[in-house]
Order: sequence, then structure tokens, then C-alpha cells
Amino acid sequence: MADRPSILARTWTTPVILIVILGVLQLAALAVGSGPFNQTIIEIFIRVVLVVGLFVFIGNSGVISFGHIGFTCLGAYMTAWLTMLPAIKKSKLKGLPDIILDNKLAYGWGLLAAVIFAGLAAYAAGKVLMRLSGIAASIATFAVLAVIIQVYSNWDSVTGAQSSVVGIPIVRVVWPYFLCAIAVVLVAYAHQISRSGLALRAARDEATAASASGVNIPRERLIAFTISGGIMGLGGALFAHSVGVVTPDTFYLGLTFITLSMLVVGGMNSLSGAVLGVVILSIIIQLLRWMEKGVDIGGASFALPLGVQEIAIGVVMIVILMYRPSGLTKNRELVWPSNKLSGWGKPKAPADGKTV
Amino acid sequence: MTALLQVLFDALSLGSLYALGALGIALIFGVMRLVNFAHGDYIAFCVFAMLWPSIDAAAIVFAGNLPTVILVPFILAVGAGLSVLSEIVVFRRFRNANPATMMIASFALGFVIKYFLLMLYSSRPKSIDLWSSLTRQIEIAGARIPPLQAITIGVTIVILVTLTVFLKRTRFGLEMRAAAENFTMARMLGVRANRVIMLAFAVSGMLAAAVGLILVTQTGTVDINMGANLMLVAFVATVIGGLGSLPGAVLAGYLIGAATVIMQVVLPPDARPFRDAFVYGAVIVMLIWRPNGLFASKAAKQRV
Repeated sequence: MADRPSILARTWTTPVILIVILGVLQLAALAVGSGPFNQTIIEIFIRVVLVVGLFVFIGNSGVISFGHIGFTCLGAYMTAWLTMLPAIKKSKLKGLPDIILDNKLAYGWGLLAAVIFAGLAAYAAGKVLMRLSGIAASIATFAVLAVIIQVYSNWDSVTGAQSSVVGIPIVRVVWPYFLCAIAVVLVAYAHQISRSGLALRAARDEATAASASGVNIPRERLIAFTISGGIMGLGGALFAHSVGVVTPDTFYLGLTFITLSMLVVGGMNSLSGAVLGVVILSIIIQLLRWMEKGVDIGGASFALPLGVQEIAIGVVMIVILMYRPSGLTKNRELVWPSNKLSGWGKPKAPADGKTV
Repeated sequence: MTALLQVLFDALSLGSLYALGALGIALIFGVMRLVNFAHGDYIAFCVFAMLWPSIDAAAIVFAGNLPTVILVPFILAVGAGLSVLSEIVVFRRFRNANPATMMIASFALGFVIKYFLLMLYSSRPKSIDLWSSLTRQIEIAGARIPPLQAITIGVTIVILVTLTVFLKRTRFGLEMRAAAENFTMARMLGVRANRVIMLAFAVSGMLAAAVGLILVTQTGTVDINMGANLMLVAFVATVIGGLGSLPGAVLAGYLIGAATVIMQVVLPPDARPFRDAFVYGAVIVMLIWRPNGLFASKAAKQRV
């Protein structure tokens, strides 16, 4: 054991490769430089943040959560409250405390507040829920999402209820999104190789053996849940600043399932799977969107009828999962070839196929 | 007294819908551990089967014009057909996949069905007049009750009794219950996996069709998202009832229906918009109290 290299030495290539992939996207955005293209890249970075956020909990603990988008909603509204012009807030969101109503912060503070607020909310929810496991935990997290969305879509004086909150400062440069995506990948990686992350992964693969070896499963789950809640909050805040409008409906089932699908299609037990799932599915979605608008091939214009894009993406997902049930990365991490023997990211067969 | 009767009827009829939906999901979960998120889209598909495909705002009623005795079996057949087809085309390939993969596959399938409907019928809700005389209210002991509510409750009871008889008294039912209890063991004892699973899908599809018919009569509109909300509640009900337990799913469906109606009455007017938040809060409390559901089946317990 003594001369076995440390886990950092064996695995550091994974985050580097992932950051290079994100860097290529960033370079593409710089090279093209057009508004709509930048927006597409920004969208991809935001999804990377969200899906990596999901991965921190779902991938490491093996518990599917349907509730994380609720924390995204919390983050988005938090930054909206802090960064909008006082005049708009006073006319639309009268119920906010005076100190928020009278001030306007830079968006960086909005992002920070979103992370902290969503992380605290996740901690509070996790404190109660992390004793559950399996499908009961999944449903309980979904109930959390439903509660958050119901409150935000009815609390008129503070969230504007169903009507959209407009006037959030829009950030059009790609850099902040890129940096946030990198930061999130690094945080997820650091958590994954930390003592707590390793214990959690052990519990995912062999719950009984892990708890017999002294792993406090609820505690490790709570740590992961809190971190991932914070990341989801950041994703929400970035989303709010990318489009300038938030409504509670944005953060409900549609987004939940798209992000979950990206995670599962990529390979839900690996960080590489989370990032690759987003990048690959986003590229496919974008290509289909362009085809829906119409492409000129040899002078003739082809356009797909409305709805075909979604049907195609659904079919693509089903086909990928049919042939790669554990995702595109087969739950392994991307590593530099010479590191392949280290055993990093090699998936362990699930202990019991029946348990959820 | 009359107010109480009204609440009782409301709770029972809403609960009936949830119970039927939960049953449809629990049946499939029982035999193949699949949480079928496409169930809500089956419901919408069955309802749209009554219309002729068109993207106009006005609905062109097609099959919906058939006499009731033909229409109802037709829609049930559509539901069963779609459900079995999805098993053959999609879910058969996922028998050995992990539950998360199956869940996402079912969601993707639901997505495909939904946008297929959108392509044919557009996303605008359309109004359709199906047995609208049933929604006209009549008075029973002072409570104003549309006959539809009574019919919903009655039909649900009939369906539940039929299904119970089917499951308890026929060979197919026995095989299905055995498969739900322990699938590997059942196969070793001669239960044909494909047949039992297809049967479960067929019954589940018919339940979706029944829910669709009741929903469309109640609301008078068809919408590609009409099944989504109900499917979610039904899903929650299956878990609260105890996954794999059919009576549990039904009972939990009624419980959630009752909780929703009672909260609507009991909550102060200011808090009423937050009704669903309270219902889901109750769900969380319930899960913490009984993580395995009200009627945890033996098979659902984690073995070491």
C-alpha cells in the first residue's frame, strides 16, 4: 500500500480533460463571437453547472433526486431579488424586506448569495430527508420541489407569483459562465476524491459493508446534498442572469427531466458522464433546432416540422440507453491512457439490481 | 351535514382518479421495477384518439362520435395497444437495466408521445363535448353533485372489483401476483415473463384510458399535458402505499384525494393557494414516518 500513489496523483487528469473540453467550447464562442452562438454556449455552461450539481448528490450517493431543480429556483429568485433595480422591485415585489428593496448589488454578489441560500435550504431539507433511501428518498425530494414551486408560484408579494419577474441584469459575456462551470467541475472533483465523497461512493456500492466499516451514511449524504444544493443555486442564478427573466414554471418538471436525462445518458456515476452528457445532448439538440429552422442543402431548403426536434431527442436518448444502459461513459471517468490501470472510475456491479 | 356529504363526494371522486392512476403505475412497477413516467402521456394519447388529427383550434371529433358502447372499448383498446407497443418496442430492451435508466427511458418515451401529439394536434387545448350532460349538477340530500362524480366513484369501484377478481381468481392474475412478489422465482416455476409483463402493460394502459375518459368528461378539454399532473400524484401515491402493493396504491390514491379536498375546505382563505404545498408537505411527513409505505410488500424490503 505504501508505494501506491495518492488518489490525487492517479486521478488528476480527469478534471483537466473535462476543463479542456469546456475550454474548447469557450474558444469556439470567442472565435465565432456572434450573439446567438454565445447564448448557445452559455446555455451549455449553465447546464454543465446544473448537471454536475445533480451528479454531486445523485452520482455519488446513488439516490435519484427529483428535487434539485427546486434549489435552482431558490438561487434564481435570490439573485433576482438582490440585483434588480430598486424601482422595479418596489413596484412589483412589494413584500420584500426594506433592506433588499432599497439596494442593488452587483451580480457577483447575487451569485454568491444564491449559492449560500440554496446550500442552506438544501442543508435544512437534507437534515430531514437524508434518513430515507431508495425510491422513498426520490419521492420525498420531489415533494420538496413541489412545495418550493407551489410557494414561489403563489406568494404574490415576494415572487410575483405566476407572472414572470423581469428586469434582472443580463450578463452577455461568456467568461463568467465558463469560470463558474470550471469551478463547479473542480468542486465536484474535490468532493468526489475527498474522504466524505469516497465514503459516500462506498455506501452507494455496498451500503451494508460501508456502514459496517463506520461510514455514517446519512451524514455523508447530507454533505453531498448541501454541496449539490449550493451548486444548483449557482446554476439558477446564472440562468437568471443569462435570460433576465424568471418564472417558477421554468424550474419545474421540464428542467428536472432534461438535466436528469443528460446525467443518465452521460453515465450517472461519473463526473465525466455528467459533463459529456450535457455537451453531447446539447450539441444534438442544437443541431436539431437548426434543422427545424431550415437548412439549405444544394439550393433546396429542408425544415423539420414542429415537434420533430423533441421526438428525435427522445428517440436518441432511448437508443443510447438501449445500447449503453449505464450511459455513454459506462460510468467510467475519462483518464489519460497511461492511468487506465488505476481502477479509477471502473464501475462496480450494483449490489442488488432490484433495489432502487 | 350536506357540506360534509359534498366534501365526501369530492374526496371520493378525486381519490378515484388518483387511485386508478396509481394502480396503473403500481401494476407495472410490480412486475418489472419500472416507474413508468410515460403513463401520463398514455392518458393524453387515449383522449386524443377521439379526435381527428388537425392543428386547427377547433377539435374535429372523430372516434368520439361513436356510440358509447363502442367508444369505451375502443379507447380502452387504444390504451392497451399503446402500452403493449411501448413494452415491445422500448421497455423489453431494458429488462436488466438499472431502475434509473429505465425511469429515464420511460420519461424519454413520454416525451416522444407528447410531441407526437403536439405535431398532430398542436399544443393548444381544445374543447370537446363528451357526455356533458353528466356534469350538470343534481341535488342529493341538499348536496349538489354532478352525476359524473357518482359515476366516477361507481366506475372505479367496478374496475377495482373486476381487477381484484382477475388477480385473485384467474390463472393470469395468479401469475401476475407471483411475478410481483418474486419475479425470478415465478419464472422458475413456469410463469412466462413476456406474457405476464405484456398483460401488466395492457391492464395498465386500459387504466390510463379509463382515467383519460373520466378526465375529459370532467373538464371538457383535451390538452397534451392533461395526464402529467395526475401521473405525478399517482406516482407519489404508489410510493406512499408501498411500492409493489396494489391495495396500498389504491388506498394512498384515495388518501391523497381526501387530503387535497379536506385542505381546500379547512385551510384559511389566505393559505388556500398553497394547498398543494401542504399536501406535499404531508407526503414528506408520511414518508419519514413510514419510509416503506403503508403496505410495504415483502419483496420491496432491502435484503442484505
